[in-house]
Amino acid sequence: MQFTRKHLLGLEELTADEIRMILDTSVPFKEISERQIKKVPVLRGKTIINLFFEPSTRTRTSFEFAEKRLSADTINVGISQSSVVKGETLVDTARNLEAMRIDMVVIRHSASGAPAFLSRRIDSNVINAGDGWHEHPTQGLLDMLTIRDHFGRLEGLKVVIVGDILHSRVARSNIWGLKKMGAEVGVCGPPTLVPRAIASLGVKIYPRIEDVLAEADVLNVLRIQLERMHSNMFPSLGEYNKLYGITTAKLEKAGRDVLILHPGPMNRGVEIDSDVADGGHQVILKQVTNGVAVRMAVLFLLSGGIPAGASEAARMSES
Amino acid sequence: MAQEAKNTEKLVLDAQMLNRSMQRIAHEILERNQGSASLLIVGIQTRGVNLAERLAAFIRSIEGGVVPIGKLDITLYRDDLRHTAVQPVVRSTDLPPDITGKSVVLVDDVLFTGRTIRAALDALVDFGRPAVIMLAVLIDRGHRELPIQADFIGKAISTGQDEEVVVRVREVDGSDGVWLKTL
Repeated sequence: MQFTRKHLLGLEELTADEIRMILDTSVPFKEISERQIKKVPVLRGKTIINLFFEPSTRTRTSFEFAEKRLSADTINVGISQSSVVKGETLVDTARNLEAMRIDMVVIRHSASGAPAFLSRRIDSNVINAGDGWHEHPTQGLLDMLTIRDHFGRLEGLKVVIVGDILHSRVARSNIWGLKKMGAEVGVCGPPTLVPRAIASLGVKIYPRIEDVLAEADVLNVLRIQLERMHSNMFPSLGEYNKLYGITTAKLEKAGRDVLILHPGPMNRGVEIDSDVADGGHQVILKQVTNGVAVRMAVLFLLSGGIPAGASEAARMSES
Repeated sequence: MAQEAKNTEKLVLDAQMLNRSMQRIAHEILERNQGSASLLIVGIQTRGVNLAERLAAFIRSIEGGVVPIGKLDITLYRDDLRHTAVQPVVRSTDLPPDITGKSVVLVDDVLFTGRTIRAALDALVDFGRPAVIMLAVLIDRGHRELPIQADFIGKAISTGQDEEVVVRVREVDGSDGVWLKTL
């Protein structure tokens, strides 16, 4: 199979085969991070710019490690140091960067669709590192890789996403990706944070966390994004923890094994209790490790997938 | 398709000849290295890995003791990633934690342009500094594009640029043998 995409904008547009190919390619990339010399020359001479218009530590660091371990040259541009604060538009920023001959852009933006908008206007590969409430495809992929590592499959698993579904790009990428891979997906959270229309994506809405714990194989516990809570979506953090927080007491009461994922950063004592976050059910740090491997796979497939001139080379070797 | 391809294939080595070649190479490796003490046999993905396992088994049956085996994938070190029309597949690399001071025998099925071996050497030195790196190949078909040669050769054959050497191993293909195919 050929990986023919030029950009990674979201998991909604990918096929199950393409997702499987990214996950399969991620596996050998894990080993590179275990080496003493954590570097392979596959993207040598490529220039990648990480355009982060929203604060991010984990995702930006993870992308940067992935890029550097593939020997690419990378530049980080954060919002505070960018000319956006001087009033430049997104397209002008990108065109100016492209004039410096870059090959790939990794972009995080608060506006949903910003990466897609950019991809139609510049020649470089564009990778979505999270756009508004829309998608965070590499997070969805690393979540799927972590679940697949644990169970050996995704088909038939029951995965429930818990928390703020409304504002969550991680939830959307998870839903699209997991459904394509044959998993059953559910969501659970306060009614104010679970849009009713989410059911149209083919997910089951669970009003109570107790029902989730009784049947789910995997919980993907989302962060309560305090910075996005412009109006009060629930009465208090304490009440949120009581009703939807993942606590040892609730897990013990359910009496079953559930795998717990969290995309980080965690609000300990809100959506997840410390003893759960550090306990035996969670694979939170494995997610972080897998994040680098998944991003290496994405960079590799996008850059080497169908390179410019490949069809020409194919014709030449045929003749 | 497979049926059609068979018709234009000329046998180079049958299963028994292939087996004898590997056995001879095992003896030559032991002779050259005066035993198997610091040996590490590293197969290049994919069929080089199968051949490496067989060499290690022969060496074990001749000398006793266990010879460590490694796997090496060279996809990320290739110089033609930008020019290939076929999707490159990255396979696993699995080497002992420290290869410094080892006598490494790289194993591949066919030695052709030498570019795969160039990539393998680059990959290997990223893992450490072996005392010596040797190369064992089942078939040397000529047409080198780089100054690279094998230390141990199963069979050297003269081929045309328009011919393809097809190596089959029972672990992957169900049976052993080498054929020369005219494209």
